[in-house]
Amino acid sequence: MAQSSKMLQIKQDVTEAFLADRALPKGAAWANDARADALARVREMGLPHGRDEYWKFTKPDSLVQLDAPKAALFHNDEGPLWADVDSLKIVFVDGVFDADASDVFALEGLKIERLADVADKDIHWAKDLYGVLETRGQDAVQRPLAALNTAFATDGVVIHVTGKTRKPVNLVYLHKSETSDATLHHCIKLEEGAEMTLLETGPAAARFNKSLEVEVADRAKFHHVRVQGRDHERRAVTGIFTRLGTESAFKSFTLTMNGVLTRNECVIELTGDDAIAHVAGACVGDGKDFHHDDTVFITHDAVNCESRQVFKKVLRNGATGVFQGKILVKKDAQKTDGYQISQSLLLDDDSQFLAKPELEIYADDVICSHGSTTGAIDEDAMFYLQSRGVPKAEATDLLVLAFLAEALEEIEDETLAEGILERLEGWLARRAR
Amino acid sequence: MLEIKDLHVKLEEEDKQILKGVNLTVEPGKVHAIMGPNGSGKSTLSYVLSGKGGYEVTGGSASLDGEELLDMEAEERAAAGLFLAFQYPVEIPGVGNMTFLRTAVNAQRKARGEEEMSAGEFLKVIRAKAKTLKIDAEMLKRPVNVGFSGGEKKRNEILQMAMLEPKMCILDETDSGLDVDAMKLVSEGVNALRDEGRGFLVITHYQRLLDHIKPDVVHIMADGRIVKTGGPELALEVENNGYADILAEVA
Ligand SMILES: Nc1ncnc2c1ncn2[C@@H]1O[C@H](COP(=O)(O)OP(=O)(O)O)[C@@H](O)[C@H]1O
Ligand SMILES: [Mg+2]
Repeated sequence: MAQSSKMLQIKQDVTEAFLADRALPKGAAWANDARADALARVREMGLPHGRDEYWKFTKPDSLVQLDAPKAALFHNDEGPLWADVDSLKIVFVDGVFDADASDVFALEGLKIERLADVADKDIHWAKDLYGVLETRGQDAVQRPLAALNTAFATDGVVIHVTGKTRKPVNLVYLHKSETSDATLHHCIKLEEGAEMTLLETGPAAARFNKSLEVEVADRAKFHHVRVQGRDHERRAVTGIFTRLGTESAFKSFTLTMNGVLTRNECVIELTGDDAIAHVAGACVGDGKDFHHDDTVFITHDAVNCESRQVFKKVLRNGATGVFQGKILVKKDAQKTDGYQISQSLLLDDDSQFLAKPELEIYADDVICSHGSTTGAIDEDAMFYLQSRGVPKAEATDLLVLAFLAEALEEIEDETLAEGILERLEGWLARRAR
Repeated sequence: MLEIKDLHVKLEEEDKQILKGVNLTVEPGKVHAIMGPNGSGKSTLSYVLSGKGGYEVTGGSASLDGEELLDMEAEERAAAGLFLAFQYPVEIPGVGNMTFLRTAVNAQRKARGEEEMSAGEFLKVIRAKAKTLKIDAEMLKRPVNVGFSGGEKKRNEILQMAMLEPKMCILDETDSGLDVDAMKLVSEGVNALRDEGRGFLVITHYQRLLDHIKPDVVHIMADGRIVKTGGPELALEVENNGYADILAEVA
């Protein structure tokens, strides 16, 4: 995008101020190179500014100010999520790996290492993934915070998946410091035919910048279910960068509850024929301090691929939801099946939903549909429920869950889906009746 | 049981008077029928009684067993024992029929200070009742009324009525869109609920429903008023001669 020189100057000043006291972490040569390249990208692009095309609906100020704004810790009496799901648990407290709280990194079909260790190794496969998909993701739309992440991340998991894993890897993010400013970067490489499920839960930090790069080889399957919850004052910018091989599958679902600012970016490249990519999100926001943004970019660059975006947001008491989703179908990506739906349910007039759905299609034999709607509770449905004796508050909850159902259906595993539903029910139950 | 006195209703948004002084009393155990031309206010009466928004009561009253209905929320009226079988049952995507009904049954029980029905007990009861209405397990699982045929929707209304066991049942054109077999099924469902403590107000255009659900009293409604009241023979008269004679006679 063309930027005026004045704007560029402002951005550069903000960027240099931000970078002034930050030194790149040191590691093996390849890691140093990747970080230096990433830093150069940050400098070139400049940190995001409210005038940038994809930051018009979401103010980036608190993400680029020097220190993380304080975020109070939030407690409720919820039990652990997915208590009955057997998983390999890896715990990060305010972005710092907690070995004592984590399981041993042993699971048949995959190998897990810490980025902190990997970045010190002279030879490692992560060299070909770390920052690589992020860089590709910069092609069409600038994502300076993701480059910033690549430059400064020191921790995260690096997972090599060679078989079909029996249980999920569960990244648990705890938030214990009110001022934590955390960066995590995960790299996952699935070899041909490999399969894994990644879970992510927790508020993570006062300010959290997280990247996830996933290379999905031919016929491999990657499942991802994430819950960003609880703490009202937390801020997060997250990026998923993935590239899909022939007949592979990528399915990602995110539940977002609370949070003063959450920006979830997802950049998907379908590069092998007959691949499938589904990305879905459900979000519930209460209050004018809730702001949630899904920014998705899916590139079809192979034949007969399917992509599906399903985003649903329930907003009340002045909450704001943003959706920016694009499907790009390249010239040779014939037989593309692209679907995108983004919908919001506004429970009052103060809440707002801002949507920017985009289609850019260069192939001629494709089916692509997109739709974006903003609506209130259906009055006829409400009266029908009430006329059967269901009180208004309970009827609203039923209709809210019904509205979110299409997004939740994207979760393949029933037990995981039930956990998500329980969290939503808990959230609704905690709202004033 | 149901006592409506001089009820005047206008649209909230428009200056349009729809009910212009309705008087009607349904005694326990009795079936009253309301017939009348399209647009005479029959559905409006049923909506106002059950608490739908968009209407403004400008005069009169309505009570159920002495309790003033018009002051209550819709759900309170339901818990008090009022039930409306909708002329156009509403589709609710994403809410399972079974979940919907169990929520409704237990919400009413809770409101009345009764114990909630357990999942097991509920399942047993609903299965038995669904069977007599030829509603299969598949239909119970589907979202409320979504993808139901016209007849299935009406049977679903009667199933809800059977589960909720209201004191006072209002049926708004439950016969519309039904073929002969479905009409029989629905009527049998209604008749099975008839007992001396329960009142019915059956809104219909046609005598044929009243062949199955025999009314004790028949009212003719026109232009927002009950203009004539009689026995079952009044329905036959409408069937044979239409409304013209009756309307001319009372004009
Ligand atoms: N919500 C509404 N908005 C506008 N007009 C209405 C509304 N409800 C009822 N009416 C009008 O009130 C009159 C009575 O309608 P209704 O009660 O449906 O009659 P019936 O059921 O006897 O056919 C009609 O003229 C109808 O158009
Ligand atoms: Mg009508």
